[in-house]
Amino acid sequence: MQYDPNSPIWLQVMTAIKTDIVTGKRAPGEKLPGGRDLALQYTINPNTAARVYQELEKEGLCETRRGLGTFVTEDAARIGVLRTEMAHQAVRQFLENMEKLGIYANEAARMIMEEEQ
Amino acid sequence: MLESRAITKIFGSKTAVDHITLKLEKGHVYAMLGPNGSGKTTWMKMAAGLIKPTSGEALFEGAPVSIESRKHVAYMSTEPYFYSWMTVKDVGKYYDDFFLDFSYPRYQALIQRMELAENMKTTALSSGMMAKLKIAVTMARDAQVYMLDEPFNGIDLLARDEIRHCILEYATEEKLLLLSSHLVEEMEAIADRAVFIKNGRLIECVDVEEMRGERGISMADRYREIYGHGEGAMA
Repeated sequence: MQYDPNSPIWLQVMTAIKTDIVTGKRAPGEKLPGGRDLALQYTINPNTAARVYQELEKEGLCETRRGLGTFVTEDAARIGVLRTEMAHQAVRQFLENMEKLGIYANEAARMIMEEEQ
Repeated sequence: MLESRAITKIFGSKTAVDHITLKLEKGHVYAMLGPNGSGKTTWMKMAAGLIKPTSGEALFEGAPVSIESRKHVAYMSTEPYFYSWMTVKDVGKYYDDFFLDFSYPRYQALIQRMELAENMKTTALSSGMMAKLKIAVTMARDAQVYMLDEPFNGIDLLARDEIRHCILEYATEEKLLLLSSHLVEEMEAIADRAVFIKNGRLIECVDVEEMRGERGISMADRYREIYGHGEGAMA
């Protein structure tokens, strides 16, 4: 994975895992790699990897079971909310980019419809 | 775990390290940054107990560095230090005799990963292969502190990935890793703290993820801020 060195790496890895959860690549209830394995998988510092799990847990997207490891939440509703959140974020990002071109929401929406046809 | 108190080294008329007080803690990977001649290597050598400071002191686990502390500190220097008659196997045997914490099987595993063979003569190695050999022989020790001076120099992209992996495997809560490199980008994701040194003085020691979060800048950006505009580059 390529990182943007200007923003926290834990955040970027967290987003990658969130995407995996939303797309089902990491299924509800699935066991996630241990912190050290996560560090190796993503070639990141182990403290950064630990932070990823702390933050995912804080958001209720995974849970650590003592002695067993960290698991993706089984709460389908929570995953649904995450999906909507991430979609909104992608739309906001898209609109920001369009605004840089001087194109605002209405015109952008019309362009999307055109593209779809 | 490893610290220096007002440590200073003067070579003739040049002050290589100027009153650096720095405390490095286990469980972290530090990137030591600064242009050539800023004092990184001299600081490392004093912390490894290989050269004596002019004034100040280096401490390992609270006690002055000594022959005893060298048993726990694995240091890889930039200069090559193998005899010309040695094969890759001889290098391993030499280290095996020298360091109690050296593991020959681990060395074999490392050289295999680095795509080296035991029967290769060190004189026949390319600079990249030599760099990999130095890393393998250093990391085959089970030390508490690993100090690697310029581990990525002269090493191709794929081998750099392998080295980063190798470094991360050793980065446990009990160990301290310190890497110096000009290749700042190589260390962005694997180091969690950065030590900036300029003209022999400590500028700062920062948590890089915090810096990214608070200022939106990378280790490389901070490097440019500190050493930019040609200043320091000549030092």
